[in-house]
Amino acid sequence: MAARIEWRQATLRATTDLAPDIRMFEIMPEGDFVVPAPGSHLNVTVHIDGRADARSYSTVGPCDDGAWRIAVKRLPESRGGSAYMFTLKAGARMTVSTPGNHFPLATGRPQYLLIAGGIGITPIYSMVLALAKAGADYRVLYAVRRPEDLALADRLAAVAGDRLQTFVDGLGQSIDIAAEIDALSPQGELYLCGPIGLMEAVKRAWAAAGRPVAQLRFETFGASGRFATVPFTVEIPRLGKTIEVPANRSLLEALEGAGVAMIHDCRRGECGLCALPILEADGIVDHRDVFFSDEEKADNAKLCTCVSRLAGGTLTLDTADRAA
Amino acid sequence: MTQPKPFPLNAWYAAAWSHEIVHELAARTICGKDVVLYRKSDGAVAALDDACWHRLLPLSMGRLQGDHVVCGYHGLVFNDAGRCTYMPAQKTINPSACVKAYPIAEKHRLVWIWPGDPALADPALIPDFHWNDGTEWVGEGGCFYKLKCDYRLVIDNLMDLTHETYVHAGSIGDEAITSAPFEVTHTDRTATVTRWMIDIEPPPFWKKQLGREGHVDRWQIIYFQAPSVVVGDVGVALTGTGAPQGDRSQGVNGAFLAAITPETETSCHYFWNFVRTFRKDDHELTAAITKAHVNDGHGVYDQDHAVLEAQQVAIDRNPRLPFYNLNIDAGALWARRLIDGMIERESGAPAPVSRAAE
Repeated sequence: MAARIEWRQATLRATTDLAPDIRMFEIMPEGDFVVPAPGSHLNVTVHIDGRADARSYSTVGPCDDGAWRIAVKRLPESRGGSAYMFTLKAGARMTVSTPGNHFPLATGRPQYLLIAGGIGITPIYSMVLALAKAGADYRVLYAVRRPEDLALADRLAAVAGDRLQTFVDGLGQSIDIAAEIDALSPQGELYLCGPIGLMEAVKRAWAAAGRPVAQLRFETFGASGRFATVPFTVEIPRLGKTIEVPANRSLLEALEGAGVAMIHDCRRGECGLCALPILEADGIVDHRDVFFSDEEKADNAKLCTCVSRLAGGTLTLDTADRAA
Repeated sequence: MTQPKPFPLNAWYAAAWSHEIVHELAARTICGKDVVLYRKSDGAVAALDDACWHRLLPLSMGRLQGDHVVCGYHGLVFNDAGRCTYMPAQKTINPSACVKAYPIAEKHRLVWIWPGDPALADPALIPDFHWNDGTEWVGEGGCFYKLKCDYRLVIDNLMDLTHETYVHAGSIGDEAITSAPFEVTHTDRTATVTRWMIDIEPPPFWKKQLGREGHVDRWQIIYFQAPSVVVGDVGVALTGTGAPQGDRSQGVNGAFLAAITPETETSCHYFWNFVRTFRKDDHELTAAITKAHVNDGHGVYDQDHAVLEAQQVAIDRNPRLPFYNLNIDAGALWARRLIDGMIERESGAPAPVSRAAE
């Protein structure tokens, strides 16, 4: 149900820091205003090393006052998108898209369980506001590493009251995922957004509980893995190429930058089009996609180049190029 | 600025008669949106965008597998909430794969759809159409699907029955309609036109239904509910028996019912019925009344059909020519004002000017 998006010129009205490394941006677009539904994102043009690229950020809150709001986390291993965003000051000109939505919230379900990890709170926050307004039965679980990471928690608490429960990893608090799923109505839905480790744990628990796959809704940012984001080397014997993948670029970007012809679509690890066969890996393959099943990931036969990486070392790949 | 559509999206619109939706895929276009409808095994009706997430083939060209829809192209499967439950040749399902599911309600023997923001789809906002329930009032009814005119032209038609005199001469038309005074009142969601014709010779249709000789008092009380439902309480009673004061016992009472659904900006689906409280068990009369309305081009509504489509053709051929309004259009203008208010509240922009064509 991807709505057609249009690019708009816009002005940054204000920024607000929600946490030490999370900043909210209030963006005033030109032209017709489109109110984003919960789960929506904006595409934002960012400039990295002099070239333009696009990043998607979830909208925050109802945004029904003529301003679009997004929240961005500054990532130390950022590919450059968040670093660019943090240079922007009020009054800056921006190019942004009208809202798209890969993560729509269904109405009228008997019960909802929302689970957010870290910056994954942004779409979940908008959903909580919508569910509270609709008088829905919901529960929201919000996990972060450190207490100071709890962006938007005060605003959430004001709306959700004791339907909100926060978990700080550093204080030894963790979500009992199986018990939470167990307590959810059989027709209830789970909405999930967070790092890949949390997402995989929830997906496994959901499957283990025998719940229908269509009632687990999630969105991946494709930015986080189970291992740190570090540089690694790619060798493609067929093309006789050796390519260095820096920490701030994706494998797909590095391949394209080195002139390797690729096809891709989602760039979020969902569609599987950019997957390449792995010939050899002398490090750990950090699968960050949601396209391959657990079994396929364990096999290490292929990886999604848009999001997955090697946790250091050399990765030997094949490509589809038969002209070489 | 993009021009808003001439219809609000945050409203319940009739999509089908209840009996038309069975355990089969049925395609409809509602407010410019292509939708596929089907009845699930639990009896509830589901409505999804009629375009597969993958390559946009209409899902209505596929088939049902239980309560799920199988695309007729590559076999993607969607459940009644529009979520993909199967993708070919892969072990997982892309989490963004879904098609829009529309809020649906069934009431008054019709299937109602909400094309706008699902969060606002309150069943309490379904128009009052209880005359169509088949209990207190009886009638068969039908639907003109894909009537080739702006839905507002049908509302104009029904909100002023002066046209009966000219379009429906010989059945319900009568000179008395054009000379009787009328009153127009409104609330923030409804408009009502009330016309009483006192001590007149009944027109042929009503004379036959009444089955008694003598002059009558004839009433037409037309009740509009925004954005597109019209109910006309109509009938005659022997003059002097107190009908204007509320005693209709010496008369016959019917109601014309219209739920008009925009298909596109220049076409609509016109769900109609003519119901009555007299001779309710007379099935032959029910069939005769249906035939009097729709009869292969010769019924009363066929006459309207011809006028409305010809009017739309003329509108399309006369761009920017405004309509001129007469005193008799007060009911229609209140109806349009209420529609425009809904569009403005929804879009934040002024509604399209009610002229012949934009």
